[in-house]
Amino acid sequence: MNKLVKLFTKESSLIPLMAILLGLLFGALVMIMGGYNPIIAYASLFKKVFGDLYNFGETIRQITPLIFTGLSVAFAFRTGLFNIGAEGQFVMGSLGAVIIGTQLSLPWYIHAPLAILVGALFGGIWGGIAGYLKAKRGVHEVITTIMLNWISLYFSNYIIANYLREPGQQHSEMIKPTASISLLNWLSEAFGYNARLHWGTIIALIAAFIFFIILWKTKQGYELRAVGFNPHASEYAGMNVNRNIINAMFIGGVFAGLGGAVEILGVFNYQTIAAGFPGYGFDGIAVALIGANTPVGVILASILFGSLTYGAPGMKFGAGVPIEVIRVVIASVIFFVAASGIVTYILSLFKRKKKEVL
Amino acid sequence: MDFIFSILSDLMHNTIVFSTALIFASLGGLFSERSGVVNIALEGLMVVGAFTSAVVTYFVDTSFGGGALSPWIGFFAAAIVGVLFSLLHALASVTFKADQVVSGVALNFLAAGATVYLVKIIFHGAGQTKTLQNVFTKLSIPYLSDIPYLGKALFTAYPTSYIAFLLVGVAYYVLFKTPFGLQLRSVGEHPRAADTMGINVYKMRYIGVMLSGALAAMGGATIALTTTSNFSHNTISGQGFIALAALIFGKWHPLGAMGAALFFGVAQALNPLVQLFGLTKYIPVDFIYMLPYILTILVLAGLVGKAIAPKSVGKPYETGSR
Repeated sequence: MNKLVKLFTKESSLIPLMAILLGLLFGALVMIMGGYNPIIAYASLFKKVFGDLYNFGETIRQITPLIFTGLSVAFAFRTGLFNIGAEGQFVMGSLGAVIIGTQLSLPWYIHAPLAILVGALFGGIWGGIAGYLKAKRGVHEVITTIMLNWISLYFSNYIIANYLREPGQQHSEMIKPTASISLLNWLSEAFGYNARLHWGTIIALIAAFIFFIILWKTKQGYELRAVGFNPHASEYAGMNVNRNIINAMFIGGVFAGLGGAVEILGVFNYQTIAAGFPGYGFDGIAVALIGANTPVGVILASILFGSLTYGAPGMKFGAGVPIEVIRVVIASVIFFVAASGIVTYILSLFKRKKKEVL
Repeated sequence: MDFIFSILSDLMHNTIVFSTALIFASLGGLFSERSGVVNIALEGLMVVGAFTSAVVTYFVDTSFGGGALSPWIGFFAAAIVGVLFSLLHALASVTFKADQVVSGVALNFLAAGATVYLVKIIFHGAGQTKTLQNVFTKLSIPYLSDIPYLGKALFTAYPTSYIAFLLVGVAYYVLFKTPFGLQLRSVGEHPRAADTMGINVYKMRYIGVMLSGALAAMGGATIALTTTSNFSHNTISGQGFIALAALIFGKWHPLGAMGAALFFGVAQALNPLVQLFGLTKYIPVDFIYMLPYILTILVLAGLVGKAIAPKSVGKPYETGSR
């Protein structure tokens, strides 16, 4: 128990926890100013998420892609890179999966894994481009990944609209049943349960484990982290900094690409011609920051943000609050983590008060 | 011949309409980044500007009978709110030395969420503001607008377009010909040296970020007050990032940024033309959309000239640090 208390009171976990608390408080303040009751709102959010089994399953569906994009951003962070491009890598992962899923006819034990792998590869290449430009051309990865996000959106729209389109629809053809990783049919036949659960959630947990293995149990991971801590020292120690930068962005891209792939193969079965981004990649930034770039942290943060996002319509239903207030909460959480100086400042105020009392 | 000239005239006209917002926002980015603060919150600032201008214009018009004056009040209100919103970025990234990119991401999120939230409260659950009755109308410059073709292309435009081009000159003068501009740039290049010379680094960076807030918000306002006549969640969809691209493509220089903004504006203005003539078979629309982003990457990769960022952009400055 003491260990647990310590785990949550050390600075590295205290700041994210304080940031979450401040974010929720700020959200409450925003609701009060809008004339809503934040207590009813948060309670109905909670009820929406945990109220019944169907919604609970759908919450898991919402959480799954966030684990992937969170891992993607966190992996790059560990090597000192800021991957804003998880969004684009996610879209490219979806595209890769949908191409394989719709165009090939294979037995299921090859089809689904192949679609997932190609999705991962598409995401990896998309991340790798940013890594390459950083390593060989010195272009800051933040700018390239922002640009690559938009390129991926229009590129996938182009491919879907011209080569994969379901006639008369704003989306691609359906993937073949052999490529599906959905558990929906099985669950609804066996238990009459209709939440869109899929194997992707298991893959996400495995991915989090692999994240841990790569970074902390392999030589490659040691190098990646060393480059993140100090590229100059790593170079002096004989590590190839450039290659590590490309690898880090590639592997980060693979995580996001996997997320995009399982979202198609497990949930939607087709990819839409989209006017905007699905948003999982951007939320992944928040997830990685709150999760302190550790696999367990990423999973916990995904659960938090997935639940908040999925539960938001419950707030609308229960307290009439526009669902966008959840975006405000997530934004302020990111803000407080970024400006952790503000959080430590607030904490120091409390500490000082304690001293005065003594 | 007449046909071609009138198409070209239309093209130039539309280019200016599309470029105006980009010029405002990229000038905003210019002041911030020249002072050493990365500003990927341009998108969020444009959202805030578009929102503020639409709401203020609507209420000034309907509640106070502002008439033709209301868009102007909305426009300047947007600038003020933009400054206030950008203060969050300055507070986080200058005072509290936060990662400037993360802070920018947070502001983009916040802007997107908060504006739609407020719209739903103000307009009783509707996802967009009411359509504005009084927006900016095109202004014809006497005599010049009578020039055949060119007159319609260049001298019949929204007042905001004239302001944008005027501001390019002002920005150039301020940045490169005044002591203030020299101080601002020195803070972005070598803050420690600037500090030694008695320049208040924090103050200059706050000013840079606040100017970016005002300008980017004005950019957002021009879209709401000229193109869409209302505000919804997709009034601003990526223009802030294109403006950032224009800033980089323009090599952190006001004239360059203007040129890049005009170029990206042409790409956008070409779009309806390409569709009109059925050229989409040869040039897919999606590729035209992609163009600004691809070009930016190519420029940064040194394939189309080299862009050099202000040396200390992105680095928080701590007084007395080595």
